[in-house]
Amino acid sequence: MLILTLVLGVILVACAPAPTPVPPTAVPKAPEPTKAPVPTAAPPPTTAPVATKAPEPTKPPAPTTAPTAAPAQPLVFLSTQLTPIEEQEKMRNTILKDITGAKVEFISDAEGVVVDRILAEQKAGKVAVGAVGVLHGTFPNLLAANALEDLTPLVAKLSDRPIVKEFMTLGKLGTDKQYYIPWMQATYIMVANKKALQYLPAGANIDALTYPQLAEWGKNITAATKEKKIGFPAGPSGLMHRLTQGYLYPSYTGGLVTTYRSDDAVKMWTDFKAIWEYTNPQSVTYNNMQDPLLSEEVWVTIDHTARVVNAFKNKPNDFVGAPAPAGPKGRYYMSVLAGLGIPKGTPNRAGAEAVIEYLTRPAVQAVTLREVSFYPIVESALPTNLPDFVRLEADGVVKQSKATDAKVALLPIGLGAKGGDFNKIQQDTLTRIVLKGEDIKTVLNDQANQLNALMTELKAPCWSPDPPSTGACLAK
Amino acid sequence: MRAKLESVLPYSLLAPTLIFVTLLIVIPILQAFLLAFQAPDGSLTLANFQKMASDTSFADALKFTFLLLLFIVPAQVVLALVMALLIHTRFKGHTFFLYIYAIPLAISDLAAGIAWLSIFTERGYLNSILNQLGILERPFLFLSYQNLPAMFGTIVIAESWRATAIVMTILLAGLQVIPRDYFEAADVFGATTLKRTLFVVLPLLRPSLQNALIIRTIFAFQTFAVVFALAGRVIPVMAGESYNWYVANRNPGVAAAYAVLVLIFTVLATWVYFRVLKTNPAEAGYD
Repeated sequence: MLILTLVLGVILVACAPAPTPVPPTAVPKAPEPTKAPVPTAAPPPTTAPVATKAPEPTKPPAPTTAPTAAPAQPLVFLSTQLTPIEEQEKMRNTILKDITGAKVEFISDAEGVVVDRILAEQKAGKVAVGAVGVLHGTFPNLLAANALEDLTPLVAKLSDRPIVKEFMTLGKLGTDKQYYIPWMQATYIMVANKKALQYLPAGANIDALTYPQLAEWGKNITAATKEKKIGFPAGPSGLMHRLTQGYLYPSYTGGLVTTYRSDDAVKMWTDFKAIWEYTNPQSVTYNNMQDPLLSEEVWVTIDHTARVVNAFKNKPNDFVGAPAPAGPKGRYYMSVLAGLGIPKGTPNRAGAEAVIEYLTRPAVQAVTLREVSFYPIVESALPTNLPDFVRLEADGVVKQSKATDAKVALLPIGLGAKGGDFNKIQQDTLTRIVLKGEDIKTVLNDQANQLNALMTELKAPCWSPDPPSTGACLAK
Repeated sequence: MRAKLESVLPYSLLAPTLIFVTLLIVIPILQAFLLAFQAPDGSLTLANFQKMASDTSFADALKFTFLLLLFIVPAQVVLALVMALLIHTRFKGHTFFLYIYAIPLAISDLAAGIAWLSIFTERGYLNSILNQLGILERPFLFLSYQNLPAMFGTIVIAESWRATAIVMTILLAGLQVIPRDYFEAADVFGATTLKRTLFVVLPLLRPSLQNALIIRTIFAFQTFAVVFALAGRVIPVMAGESYNWYVANRNPGVAAAYAVLVLIFTVLATWVYFRVLKTNPAEAGYD
């Protein structure tokens, strides 16, 4: 009996939690957006290019694909994007519906799983993945392992696509070869319930708000409703750390890593604590903001476009999209760029190129926007036949990218598998300063030391908006 | 020939189990240990444990795991015992209750967490009902990091709902194998229901109680999805930290270190139960 129970115990423990990946919790809506840049002085980098031209007519598909493609074996298209099940279904059944030249099997998974699989296939010399669609920041990991095909010859074939030039440049990953073709983009915007607008501070314009004004706005709302109605996605799979990295830090300090413990950073955290005073304390459980917006637990928030789109969809008359607030150094926002690459040794290069050719067609880009709320990377007009909810959100996105003080923040490049450690430093900083109320300077000092240890280990140089560095990017 | 068969038979009967346990349990456990004690270059190291222990959430994870254990296990065992005794009386319609009690067994803990989230959140079912009844004017924030006891309370409730059924099942099974003679003897001597429960049922149920406690404690060490859904990162627990380190921070070494720690605690807890609830097979009469 005793032995049996012990064995049972060990079995239970073994089957237990530990290093077994378990599906993340509660509503992990939306792809993990990361980086994606755009040189600062770029034309409206993000998004929704200006609605001047007429809706793009479907261009005849470029004769990219070898007619001999479409072998019996389906082409595995592996992606870190569009992971929520309904988005996967839309990808398979609607977006990829009309593709010719390859029978595509779309598979979406977490970044770690995708990268591990591609690298493992490279090591084994047995490549099964035909094409890969990941975020800008994931590509350097693949390139470092020499796991990407050179797509330079493909660029000429896609020359009829008005792909934003800066995005194409990013696809070279700092080399003279093209390693990925831009696919789609997203960003984070502010969304407000129209009921909140009456409480905007005197003289404040929702399209040109500052962070201190956001705090005042929250204060007015709380005074009127007795409830804290600002919200942030600070739940276990929420993207709060992206707001810290791409919005708060650059807007206040003009940098992220180098300025991690600067006086500007202290000011930023002080101001953010003021905002947090009027922030719904349930924010620590919010993974996406569309649900709390719809239930009206929250009236004002900033989150990834894919994680607020259902608010516009379900109650189109209730919400407005607006640019994120600005700090002393500008209105920084993060543009999330996903690209399409081909793993080295792909079993079906022609098919993979057909996938890229198809997904970058302006008409398919419009379908992608309509179905999964990712914005086009082509510089043609948004189609006029967009559903209302997409237009409503696009409105906020366009206003953000065209704001006079708008600047784009880049996320870490070259952190590889340590991206999670980097995020954890910002998460811990927020937890200690905002939730636990620890002394700002002490925390920033501790965390900056951890940051420096990580950056030294990785020897990762600075990226924008931090000034370029020769060695590892370090906090001063 | 026959003798030969007899000598081989036991081993061949054991073989499938042994192979299963070795391949799927023993080897993965050894690998987890290796992972925990290995540096990326393959050399042996304690760095993973140091990293784990120096992390901001480590002390909290330890504290909350044990607090949960402390609150959940006794509550559940008592609750499950009451449920099992009730079912065991075979009152009219007892199978209906048995099915009701067993429902949570079929629900994944993540789904349970999300269900309870929709109950306890600010505009959730509970607040709506309390508001409709005129008890609350504005919603009460059960899930606020500024009100840890309330947040913790919701976890205890959700976990109790989710995992009491398994304890009840074990206890009920234990009850059902107690020979009827004991109850009849107790009746003959005029024992009241209370006395019968205290002096006949409970002692005879000790082996099952022991198993139930062990299994429930192991589950408590693994509690994670419900906590994640209801409290995010504010109430870290060991299993959740292991998950975070593996998935979010992509650091299998530290994740394995947490797993090793959970294993050590589990083995210790099991050992304590064996010492404290020592059963005498003769006394139990059927073990």
